[in-house]
Amino acid sequence: MTDERVLPDSWVAVVKRDCPTCLLVEPVLQQLAAAGSLTVYSQDDPGFPAGLPVVDDRELETSWRLQVDTVPTLVRVEDGVEVERTVGWLRSSWEGLTGMSGLGPDLPDHRPGCGSRSVEWGVAEELDRRYGDRVLSSRTVELADLEDEVEAAYARGWTDGLPVVPPTEARVLAMLAGTDRAPSDVVAVVPPDLVPCTVEKVAVNAVMAGCLPEHLPVVLAAVAAACTDAFNVHGVLATTFPAGPMVIVNGPVRRAIGMNSGGNALGQGNRANATIGRALQLVVRNVGGGRPGEVDRATQGQPGKYTSCFAEAEEGSPFEPLAESRGVTGSALTLFAASGSWPVVDQLSRTPESLARSFAASLRGVGHAKLAVAFDAVLVVSPEHGRVLRQGGWDRTRLLAELDELLTLPGDELVRGAAGIAEGLPAGFEGSPVPKFRPGGLLLVHAGGTAGLFSTIVPGWVSGAGGSEPVTVPIDPARPVEGA
Amino acid sequence: MRTLLDPTSERAPAERTLTPRPASLDGLTVGLLDISKPRGDVLLDRLAERLAADGVTVRRYAKPTFAKPAPVDLRHEIATQCEVVIEALAD
Repeated sequence: MTDERVLPDSWVAVVKRDCPTCLLVEPVLQQLAAAGSLTVYSQDDPGFPAGLPVVDDRELETSWRLQVDTVPTLVRVEDGVEVERTVGWLRSSWEGLTGMSGLGPDLPDHRPGCGSRSVEWGVAEELDRRYGDRVLSSRTVELADLEDEVEAAYARGWTDGLPVVPPTEARVLAMLAGTDRAPSDVVAVVPPDLVPCTVEKVAVNAVMAGCLPEHLPVVLAAVAAACTDAFNVHGVLATTFPAGPMVIVNGPVRRAIGMNSGGNALGQGNRANATIGRALQLVVRNVGGGRPGEVDRATQGQPGKYTSCFAEAEEGSPFEPLAESRGVTGSALTLFAASGSWPVVDQLSRTPESLARSFAASLRGVGHAKLAVAFDAVLVVSPEHGRVLRQGGWDRTRLLAELDELLTLPGDELVRGAAGIAEGLPAGFEGSPVPKFRPGGLLLVHAGGTAGLFSTIVPGWVSGAGGSEPVTVPIDPARPVEGA
Repeated sequence: MRTLLDPTSERAPAERTLTPRPASLDGLTVGLLDISKPRGDVLLDRLAERLAADGVTVRRYAKPTFAKPAPVDLRHEIATQCEVVIEALAD
């Protein structure tokens, strides 16, 4: 370790009065002080241990520099450099370190120590900020004494309309602990301003969205996926259509960070779901410069543009996980250009054949009942509907094949003017069958609570290479950056 | 003193001044950019006709898709070949 301050050549003990083991070893510290040179740093009470020369470390600077995580910690220093340390109370270790025998004869042989104050939650990050080298490069914004932090964020145009968590240095440092990647790593070039966006900038926006550090790897993956040419978040942002990125998460990370794939999965109430989707939108807003009324030209928009993120219920699903079906195993996310959602009610179908017909009848309305191929869709199958499929032995491939067939539509019904509706496919499709969805344009996911014979359709935006392709990427805290 | 970190790109917006509007189209080349939205060509075809009738040189361009920004090469081509550009945002 690097230590700017030279330690005294002696035994150095770091203690706190609040620790029973530190109280226990007080007579041992007296023995050491009598036998040689002992320096005691006290984290909470400079009067403890009584009668010894104690250095006040209530500011925890020495504890931080020594990287103490347990008290008591006993260190042997030679020529200003640490050569050995022991933590807690273990007589043999203390005797070995000091070369003395007969330490604490009335004490038990062993007692574990207590947590150091310097590693308490929120304290470690503050000490990093105070005493460590500055690892952050974002411009700092000093607030006036009477300025409200939340209002300050509004005043500077940083919010999506809801209050944000003020991005202090300590909070951003804590957020960065969620990834192994360096703060300066470039995650993606974010449109519309085409700004190289660093891990640090993602972390600042993740703090504002309300994320926890463990959510950061998911946000990083989502930002990278959104900024691919295939997903085309620039177009998703700029369109007059009500499109916005929807994040669907698969794999062990779902449980690890407490995401909701069950009841109300697509709704409010779960922190990970709510804040990950919001963080992605804040990155586009703040880093990319994509704001409503400016490059965001949405005619009406939709509430999913605040945040849209949920996990797939892989347990009990009739399907293999969505990401796996798209070639990515383990923790992964799929990004979809979503334009709202609407429910499919079917409380009577008890066979997959009947249920598939219900799905098809509702899916036909995606975009417009007379338009085809132009829009992708996600069908979020609920557990009760999933059970009907599972009991009938239908998997993803089977349901997709059946829906393909059911959604091959007669061109006569789709052309402009048919059914007295001007909208529709251009002339020339009369007499030919037309698929509602392009190949791969319909995605199936399993999510929701265990009660309710309803599923959900999430319609997409302009599909394919001319618009937005669904993009699936792995989620990995240490994921290497492409092209950086 | 409380300190927040700037969540934005910290970029000053690029200052670009508009080219002054020409008093006349005499001797100039006018680019007509179709963004590939339906019926944009209807407007641009008519404009091309009228401009040609006035003896103005007209060049036609099209974005591959309305859903993505115009490719850099296309923007460069228009900038180097034309003095004036008219873009049709139709539907």
